Amino acid sequence: MKIKIIITLKESVLDPQGKVVQQALNGMGFKNVNEVRQGKFFEINIDEKDQKKAEEKAHEMCKKLLANLVIEDYKIIGSQ
Amino acid sequence: MNSSVITFPGSNCDRDMHVALKKFGFKNKMVWHNDVELPKSDLVVLPGGFSYGDYLRCGSMASKSKIMKSVINFANSGGLLMGICNGFQILTETELLPGILLRNKHAEFICKNVFVKISDNKNSYFKNIKKKTLELHIAHNEGNYFCSNEQMKEIEDHNQVALLYCDKNGEINESSNPNGASKNIAGIFNKKKNILGMMPHPERMVDVALSGEDGSIFFKNLVNNLK
Repeated sequence: MKIKIIITLKESVLDPQGKVVQQALNGMGFKNVNEVRQGKFFEINIDEKDQKKAEEKAHEMCKKLLANLVIEDYKIIGSQ
Repeated sequence: MNSSVITFPGSNCDRDMHVALKKFGFKNKMVWHNDVELPKSDLVVLPGGFSYGDYLRCGSMASKSKIMKSVINFANSGGLLMGICNGFQILTETELLPGILLRNKHAEFICKNVFVKISDNKNSYFKNIKKKTLELHIAHNEGNYFCSNEQMKEIEDHNQVALLYCDKNGEINESSNPNGASKNIAGIFNKKKNILGMMPHPERMVDVALSGEDGSIFFKNLVNNLK
């Protein structure tokens, strides 16, 4: 089963990387770009046929390693 | 005094730390991240560098390496554990210290000398240091200390702030904050104050001919406190 996860910075956390990307886009002529927030995307192949079990494992992986919940939120956006 | 410095793939201040510890009287052992047992130690140091190439988040991969189980047990039973720079990032990722080190506010790598004010000296690390501010070196891309409001309240309630960025007169303000760290925090303790994480590198300030001497003050004092 393949699980897709996105990790984003919480709203309250400053994202200097996103800010620099936004400034670059503005400089390239994309004048109407007001904000950029950068995140991470994971595609995980797991040897598990049961979708519920696979997603449970994915939650555990996010909490234990993939996301730092002090500053990040995660979302499982698909499993098939 | 016995000390251990852990080397992770990508650590690059481990040798400097070894030299500094030896200079001030520690019998130091280098310990590889894949080892399981810690040698008998009075002090364990997680050194600076770029462990695992800063993949995923700084310090996150190192926090899961084999040796860390023994390091966590050592610290939980009261042993002195110090993390410098990347070592501080590893300590927050293991959750031995609260919060996290974010990318510097101005999105640039900072490499310069700074002044830090000792915020708490009722602990084994800073007890008996007479100087109120130290001049130390910083070199990092992710040193912007951040934690939740609840964590900050706990940190302040338990006097867990160790070091604050300041100017040479000891003034703590925005212009003396190099990286955007919350409340100018450069280093913190756990509640028991046996675990210290800090961004500045004392090991780079142990030779007056090369840099400065305020790191020497720190290490000399630490050895005396442990005697």
